[in-house]
Amino acid sequence: MDALSKKVQEVFDEPACGKNQAKSEKDRKKGCTKQLAPGAAAGGCAFDGAKIALQPITDVAHLVHGPIACEGNSWDNRGAKSSGSRLYRTGFTTDINELDVVYGGEKRLFKSVKEIIEKYDPPAIFVYQTCVTALIGDDIEAVCKAATAKFGKPVIPVNAPGFVGNKNLGNKLAGEAMLDYVIGTEEPEYTTPYDINIIGEYNLAGELWQVKPLLDEMGVRILSCISGDAKYKEVACSHRARAAMMVCSKAMINIARKMDERYRIPFFEGSFYGITDMSDSLRNIARLLVDKGAPAELLERTEAIIQREEAAFWQAMEPYKDRLKGVKVLLITGGVKSWSVVSALQEVGMEIVGTSVKKSTLEDKQKIKELMGEDAHMIDDMTPREMYKMLKDAQADIMLSGGRSQFVALKAKMPWLDINQERHHAYAGYSGMVTLVREIDKSLYNPMWEQVRRPAPWEMQSEKKPATENTEHTEKFGGGLYSVPSVTSVA
Amino acid sequence: MASVTHVKKSCAVNPLKMSAPIGAALAFMGLDNCMPTLHGSQGCTAFGLVLFVRHFKEAVPMQTTAMNEATTIMGGMDNVEQAILNIHKRAQPSIIGIASTGLTETKGDDVDGYLEIIRKKHPELADLAVVYVSTPDYVGAFQDGWAKAVAKLVKELAEPGPKIAGQVNVLAGSQLTPGDIEEIREIFEAFGFKPVILPDLSGSMDGHVPDNFSPTTLGGTTLTELRITGASEFTLAIGEHMRDAAQMLKDKCGVPFEVLETLTGLDACDRLMSLLTGKSGRPAPNKYRRQRSQLVDAMLDAHFYTGGKKIAIGAEPDLLWGVGNLLAGMGAELTAVVTTTASPLLEKLPAQEVLIGDLEDLENRSQDCDLLITHSHGRQMAERLDIPFLRMGIPMFDRLGAAHQVTAGYRGTRDLLFQIANIFMSEAHEPLPDDWRNTESEGASCGSCSSAAAH
Ligand code: SF4
Repeated sequence: MDALSKKVQEVFDEPACGKNQAKSEKDRKKGCTKQLAPGAAAGGCAFDGAKIALQPITDVAHLVHGPIACEGNSWDNRGAKSSGSRLYRTGFTTDINELDVVYGGEKRLFKSVKEIIEKYDPPAIFVYQTCVTALIGDDIEAVCKAATAKFGKPVIPVNAPGFVGNKNLGNKLAGEAMLDYVIGTEEPEYTTPYDINIIGEYNLAGELWQVKPLLDEMGVRILSCISGDAKYKEVACSHRARAAMMVCSKAMINIARKMDERYRIPFFEGSFYGITDMSDSLRNIARLLVDKGAPAELLERTEAIIQREEAAFWQAMEPYKDRLKGVKVLLITGGVKSWSVVSALQEVGMEIVGTSVKKSTLEDKQKIKELMGEDAHMIDDMTPREMYKMLKDAQADIMLSGGRSQFVALKAKMPWLDINQERHHAYAGYSGMVTLVREIDKSLYNPMWEQVRRPAPWEMQSEKKPATENTEHTEKFGGGLYSVPSVTSVA
Repeated sequence: MASVTHVKKSCAVNPLKMSAPIGAALAFMGLDNCMPTLHGSQGCTAFGLVLFVRHFKEAVPMQTTAMNEATTIMGGMDNVEQAILNIHKRAQPSIIGIASTGLTETKGDDVDGYLEIIRKKHPELADLAVVYVSTPDYVGAFQDGWAKAVAKLVKELAEPGPKIAGQVNVLAGSQLTPGDIEEIREIFEAFGFKPVILPDLSGSMDGHVPDNFSPTTLGGTTLTELRITGASEFTLAIGEHMRDAAQMLKDKCGVPFEVLETLTGLDACDRLMSLLTGKSGRPAPNKYRRQRSQLVDAMLDAHFYTGGKKIAIGAEPDLLWGVGNLLAGMGAELTAVVTTTASPLLEKLPAQEVLIGDLEDLENRSQDCDLLITHSHGRQMAERLDIPFLRMGIPMFDRLGAAHQVTAGYRGTRDLLFQIANIFMSEAHEPLPDDWRNTESEGASCGSCSSAAAH
């Protein structure tokens, strides 16, 4: 077995993974990636997943070794924000040509590293493997080793070519690269009893910054966030943290667990989405730090902050409570965060009529059941056609999902909110929940809906149909609140 | 006459280029009830899909044969077969367009061979058209993939037949937006022709709101139309990269053709009008006479602002040709020009130098340019250079209305000129008391236009 397949096997064996705990030895060996159905598959590749996980490290040059497809079609398309360097948003690729495919691309890769160092002088370069260069046998580990020796700078191989599996596997392989080559290689200037790592948070739309002011107030220092708004050195020093929070995607569980093993950094799984989860996360951070020797008054300070923030949140909710009560939400996140968003929306009185559990673990599903009741409508793999129907039949008032299914909702002339990677709004922490609720409200009550659902003049003349589709929905949200001049009586 | 240079460096920085397979996939999206499919690993399709969704703000049908490491090494026959069967069952398309990727080309999958076997094995697929085009990621760029797909479609599906009076083929290059295509259709119809447009993104990607949900494309060139392209009176290819497809139609079905490199610019539109007048025997309709005169007027008004301006432009060859010539024809200078792939047009461009390179090359040459024109990925460099930025081409993910940007025809050209002139107008520098003071040696010349223009 070559090194990569060994890595993949190892990652599949992840003992801390809830899904794995429920599996038999044999099933576990088979791994989490089902053979995809050709012609009926969706989703990114392992390389995509690796890039998502590591690109938020802002001062690193992320170099993609492969043909133009992998980087050329996808660069600068993710929403991770930076407080400093913009280098992470520069697209670097070896863009291999036919000759490289025949003779191998290792030379070009080595020279590319050299060019990047000469022109951009980053603290480190991450080299991403892709399908074609893996297939022709380019040994990126060897090239990175040679380049590191030659240029005296960390050149890190991220060996997650697309064809080994899906994004989730790519996240984990990226984590392995950090464990093997980066974490523990440098020392922080100083440490404090309040140093933590946050693992699996990418600072999409700046969400880390919705949480950081509260941590600052608690006196907690983020020694390293892996990988949102991180600098290379911070990740390299992360082994000196006292405790860690693993943001509740399973994406980087291997980092959290192995850092616990290697460096005795205890971790908990938490989420910054939703009020309860946010408060629990702050409490857990404080508790772990105190367990590790931080002064106990941290707990009180944290509790005071939580009290204040929760009160402020509920006050901010007052104007929305009546307006959002009973709103039916269809939640398609394609993944792991489902339950934490479910509880968040329920907290403000909305009703979740369905949620996707495609990538959720058993444990996640159990949590959803607890939250939504036994008859929770869990959707394993909803086709766009089914989503469309559900919306069109007004079984849901609004859909929250990733960008790809956006048009399913919009073409059904139903409200939609982006909650995945490329979203523009930040929804973390207390302030993020206020934003989320405000956005849902803005979307539901926009007077535009009533206008676009109105039939065209020629339709009204010829067919004498009821004047609006989705009448139930229109009555609830379109009517009354805004006085849109109505011409529905024409029919 | 420009010197064409292929940039010599190992690492592309800030790519301008996108891959050929997704160019082919977009061409397939211009067919009605089609499922574009990449023969490769799932990620290639996912990236293409996200890119098109963000550009068109539309649901995009696109599938994958979902190759993995093992199936790649064994060969993709089973995956191609399964993909076709699955798509046939789930989406019921009229046509599946398959484009290869770097992965399956490196292995050397003979997909045309597979298709023959699959056809024999599955008579139930008799009514389903399946067209395969070879587009290795490591050869050429987006517009090359588009060109190959259209040529292959014609090669496989066009049928020679008795001429259908008034029917003409329009082979639409990838530089044309759905809005452009709509404009072109109108022009042809105004001359009494019935155009068959291939590919026709105006039907499928124009942002209409259908009454039903469909997993395949909705609108676009139908299979029937594709077949009868062989019976048209003549073919007009728009864009040099459409020449091969036009030639193919001529060789196979004897349809004569003309190539117009672009439909942007007074001269290009005039050529189209002469051509259509000649072929139809009808005089140009009044509305185009009026539109021509509006364009002439727009040129007169705009030249004050465009003259002497330095332009940095990064675009695929055929888009570059149209926009570059328009601006050079308005007195602007094509100072920094970068493109993605080889084309016979490049050396004819009115520029000193054309690079086949990336946005880093463009940025390095754009220091004192007055305007940057490229796709949305130019946003970072525009900010760094602090110069105005006009988005053109694919992807355009940070603006609405990419599909409806019209630059073809008199009207489209007129509006593009206004847009560009307005950018310069809003950037105009207010004179300051010290503008004409002789401080440095260069200050002697007209300071208000030269130095101000850089900002
Ligand atoms: S599947 Fe392979 S070739 Fe395609 S984008 Fe992912 S890494 Fe690149």
